[in-house]
Amino acid sequence: MSQSLVTMSYIVATILFILSLSGLSNQETARKGNYYGMLGMAIAIIATALSASVTSYTILIVALLIGGAIGARAALKVEMTQMPELVAIMHSLVGMAAVLVGYANFMDSSTNLVGVEKNIHEIEIYVGILIGAVTFSGSVIAFCKLSERISGKPMLLPGRHWFNLGLLIAAIVLGWMFLQQTENGGGSMPLWIMTAIALLFGIHMVMAIGGADMPVVVSMLNSYSGWAAAATGFMLSNDLLIVTGALVGSSGAILSYIMCRAMNRNFISVIAGGFGTSGGEAAVVEGEVTPINAEETAQLLLDAKNIMIIPGYGMAVAQAQHTVNEITKLLRDKGKKVGFGIHPVAGRMPGHMNVLLAEAKVPYDIVYEMDEINEDWGHVDVSIVIGANDIVNPSALDDPNSPIAGMPVLECWKGETTVVLKRSMASGYAGVGNPLFVLENTRMLFGDANATMQAVLKALKG
Amino acid sequence: MKIGIPKEIHPGEKRVATTPEAAEQIIKLGFSVLLESGAGLAANISDEAYKEVGVEIVDNAKTLWKSADIVMKVRAPEQHPELSLDEIDLLPEGGRLISFIWPAQNEELMQKLAAKNATVLAMDSVPRMSRAQKLDALSSMANIAGYRAVIEAAQHFGRFFTGQITAAGKIPPAKVLVIGAGVAGLAAIGAAKGMGAIVRAFDTRPEVKEQIESMDAEFLMLDFKEEGSGTGGYAKTMSKEFIEAEMALFARQAMEVDIIITTALIPGKPAPKLITEGMVKSMKPGSIIVDLAAEQGGNCALTEKDQVVVKHDVTIIGYSNLPSRLANQSSQLYATNLRHLLTELCPEKNGTINVNMEDEVIRGTTVIKEGKITWPPPPPKLSAAPAPQTEAPAYASVQEQKKSVIPEPVKQFIPLIIAGLALFGIGSVAPVSFMSHFTVFVLACFVGYQVIWNVTASLHTPLMSVTNAISGIIVIGALVQVSALDRNIQILAGLAILIASINIAGGFLVTRRMLEMFRK
Repeated sequence: MSQSLVTMSYIVATILFILSLSGLSNQETARKGNYYGMLGMAIAIIATALSASVTSYTILIVALLIGGAIGARAALKVEMTQMPELVAIMHSLVGMAAVLVGYANFMDSSTNLVGVEKNIHEIEIYVGILIGAVTFSGSVIAFCKLSERISGKPMLLPGRHWFNLGLLIAAIVLGWMFLQQTENGGGSMPLWIMTAIALLFGIHMVMAIGGADMPVVVSMLNSYSGWAAAATGFMLSNDLLIVTGALVGSSGAILSYIMCRAMNRNFISVIAGGFGTSGGEAAVVEGEVTPINAEETAQLLLDAKNIMIIPGYGMAVAQAQHTVNEITKLLRDKGKKVGFGIHPVAGRMPGHMNVLLAEAKVPYDIVYEMDEINEDWGHVDVSIVIGANDIVNPSALDDPNSPIAGMPVLECWKGETTVVLKRSMASGYAGVGNPLFVLENTRMLFGDANATMQAVLKALKG
Repeated sequence: MKIGIPKEIHPGEKRVATTPEAAEQIIKLGFSVLLESGAGLAANISDEAYKEVGVEIVDNAKTLWKSADIVMKVRAPEQHPELSLDEIDLLPEGGRLISFIWPAQNEELMQKLAAKNATVLAMDSVPRMSRAQKLDALSSMANIAGYRAVIEAAQHFGRFFTGQITAAGKIPPAKVLVIGAGVAGLAAIGAAKGMGAIVRAFDTRPEVKEQIESMDAEFLMLDFKEEGSGTGGYAKTMSKEFIEAEMALFARQAMEVDIIITTALIPGKPAPKLITEGMVKSMKPGSIIVDLAAEQGGNCALTEKDQVVVKHDVTIIGYSNLPSRLANQSSQLYATNLRHLLTELCPEKNGTINVNMEDEVIRGTTVIKEGKITWPPPPPKLSAAPAPQTEAPAYASVQEQKKSVIPEPVKQFIPLIIAGLALFGIGSVAPVSFMSHFTVFVLACFVGYQVIWNVTASLHTPLMSVTNAISGIIVIGALVQVSALDRNIQILAGLAILIASINIAGGFLVTRRMLEMFRK
């Protein structure tokens, strides 16, 4: 295949990728968008494989098949509640691949660039490996945190900002040394040390971020994996990689921004880590909770006309989404208006709750975003909070000393009655007390979310 | 404890204080329920229906009053027509009674009940606060009255409510004016709107404008600044100037509309006279006035209580028993209100009541406790009007302390200046080949930026997994490298292909799986 034909295929692939992302802008076109992506990828791979520069196919085909099989198996097996973990581990793979390609490119001495062009090429390799390594180790830690292999609590080393700054300066100094040494054909030593530093930086960065900030971390790593691909594209002078990397990179950056805005935090403070460690003393929540049992909850639901369900990470943990859907169906059949209110950072990754509800076959047109419904709580008779805490915390609005002050929350307490499902009276991921629980119109339903929802379902039927 | 439900004795009263559904719930609270035979007949509920849920049927009123620990009724006690004695005399010494009482109008009744050392809870005295809404019988009855008012109007009105264009000509829709947008007014708006009429509504309280408009009716603005909200969600008496402006508005409307439904009441006072004889005269022949304030003297000067009269070719309906004209529905709602009251009174669910005067709802509802008149209660402080918003000043001051040394306008430009310098730096040293790639990169960032903003929040997870798959494009780099001559490079590239293809296959397939699940 001639070079021009390959380039033309790359342009087609680029367009298909853009169409793929824009297809995701709404539910109707999303599936088509995914197929565009697949087609683009297939065109890009086939064109490259047939191009003049590829001559040996054994490793290529074997590796593609094995990788594809592993990926397909993972995709078909994964539980929807484990989506954040899957996404995180896949980010790490992109990072890993970027590092490998970078090293391979570094070892490849067949390119004969000179002067500034050579320097720029070396910098591209260096930066590509750096971003790839940070993405890799950061994503691995994010994966471990999400799958609870390590604690979700932020690990705060003393002087961690200085530590990060030191690592950054070391990386710059090593980069300079790397440039000097490559003049004479060396430079592998600084590259190795830099890789180690980048890995350490990735680990440290994600370790310092608390569980509640996970949606930001996941989307930020998504962005990094894109930049890693773009850097690889610069290194290989491949426009398709640059464009695709930039698309993914800006997509992740926008998602991170949306998540940060949803928590009223700025991006830098999330990355710097350490949730709720500064600011004044938050007001201590005092008062008595009013417990309720499953039968009374069912009665409350039967008496209500307009019901809003607010799912949180607790619903995912308890796998309660199917029971919730059964209840929803039953109530809708009885002519009640049932909706779902989704906070942008509910769960552990952007859109997590939507996927879980979709898995349970909840129709997506009754699933609302926070901005769509936050004005309407006055018309809601009963709202059910399932395994959520910080996203329904009134102190975010009225207590300026609260660590989550200013974060937009679902104002369910403005409805007539709120039923909160909770395992116990422990505080949420952010470690913040929640005055919602002691409000006069709040009822607490203690127990495992799935078990209690089952009981409510039974009571509704009986 | 035994709860007794006597048959209502007021002439024309068809409601009953409990229904089988409510009785079942009350029995679950630990009470037993007695019912005078035939009490539900007028509301189309047979004794058998009650028996089925475990209610005991008692033959006559005397036995019932004697054996019940708590008597629940609709109307206040009055002279029994058959037994020729007062219901108060039937109430045992120290008995408990829950019903409408209207303590302000029934001074004598209150004295008699107090003399019996009775404990009396008045359903008309339930405080107007959000927690007490579920036992607010006035609201439930007003809702029914509003609906029924429209039905009564429709019965006497000689035309359609809805406009139609038929082969036999065009029919204009009826125009309905609702005065007073309380519960009854809003129910009337809803019912009239549902039948297709053009509905306008007026109220002195500005905060109900939104409610009226939410029912799709037109709110008649009065160009006059005065706040009409009293305490407890009721209206208050307005100034003379306001009333004049209001009357002028009504006079104009009277000439135009076909049906007027008035619901204006001020607690403890006779109903304000809003529709004068002159206005009635100015209305079109065949028009209807339904006066929901007939009980308190009427909003219309020509209303006759409990009568339908035709004056100046206008039918004026003054029924004061509209809820009773929808007896089954009213009974259901009233019974549910009573059941909620019992739930409040009996938090332990052990079948005994505790008249806890610390509880604001129970305190407000109780008008006589063990022979001591406790009416009127201290006034409730909550109004339906929104409380004035208070900003949290502490937060703002915290931010102010952090003010930096660099002045604000300069600060805005710092990132721009840095970015500009960086671009200039790159441009001054970079070779042409790099710049062409850089152009592509920057443009792609902008395309990504534009495209991603359109993605709906519910698709964020599929977006991430599809971008994951797409970033597997890095495989292209490895594909080229795998043909290198160096063995090490081949191995590295092979590994990279393997890893990246996991991403590609996994990302696209899991996205597909997720998107298949989203359904309408």
